[in-house]
Amino acid sequence: MPFPDRIERTVEIAHPPAKVWAALTTAEGLSAWFGQEVRIDLRPGGSAWMKWDNGHTADMRVERVEEPAVFGFTWHIYGLPEDDPRRTYVEFSLQSAGAGTLLTVVESGFAQLPEDAYRTAYHGNTQGWASELGELADYLDAAA
Amino acid sequence: MPPPDIEAIAEQVFVALADPSRRAILAALASGGPATATDLAGRLPITRQAIAKHLALLAEAGLVTAEPGERRRVRYRLRSAPMRVAQQFLAALARDWDGPLDALKDHLDQHVADPRDADRGLNTSRRQD
Repeated sequence: MPFPDRIERTVEIAHPPAKVWAALTTAEGLSAWFGQEVRIDLRPGGSAWMKWDNGHTADMRVERVEEPAVFGFTWHIYGLPEDDPRRTYVEFSLQSAGAGTLLTVVESGFAQLPEDAYRTAYHGNTQGWASELGELADYLDAAA
Repeated sequence: MPPPDIEAIAEQVFVALADPSRRAILAALASGGPATATDLAGRLPITRQAIAKHLALLAEAGLVTAEPGERRRVRYRLRSAPMRVAQQFLAALARDWDGPLDALKDHLDQHVADPRDADRGLNTSRRQD
């Protein structure tokens, strides 16, 4: 059984898409159920930021804004070091269902190849602090 | 060149970490940097012979690499790349959407137009996380 690249959940919500949309895409809405502090520039390419009470923060980039049906953003993969460039894509889809909404969230990209996988995983290079410290030393030597 | 099999790389990491001695060796290399089998035997409650055996296995799996040097002076260094591959699998398992989606439902239910609806039934299904 391979590890998942994507996580998907669908929930029925007893409120119309417009209301769910506001909860997903506005700072006021998001701060009521997701991050405790939220900033969002709601347009493709816009940035968003959330902060939780435990101190964790998330920088997001808004990708898709199709009111009131699709809202997508990318963010850093939770649990990876801050400087890791890998990001997952999160997409909320809202579908009208009777008086309510069928909300699907898909987060994908967990099984993406690390950018430097070819160099480091297969070429046997020794990366990490030691080599980076070596590069720093070279740089300082050259600058001296 | 075929793409690296990230699943196989992650598996090597998890297999290595499942063994307490290998876990201790990797932890020692992570915290203290490259070390010889003899260095590690001085720091860990594991015989030098056992450490050498584990290091050979870890090197074969690509989790540590041997720096060039004469026998017994060979220093082993942790390789971070496979660890990062394993991290992304853990990230998928650690990702929690169920909690936030429950919170979203609760939030919307608390703000229904008719407050009497909120008092009737909807609150009983609310989960306290």
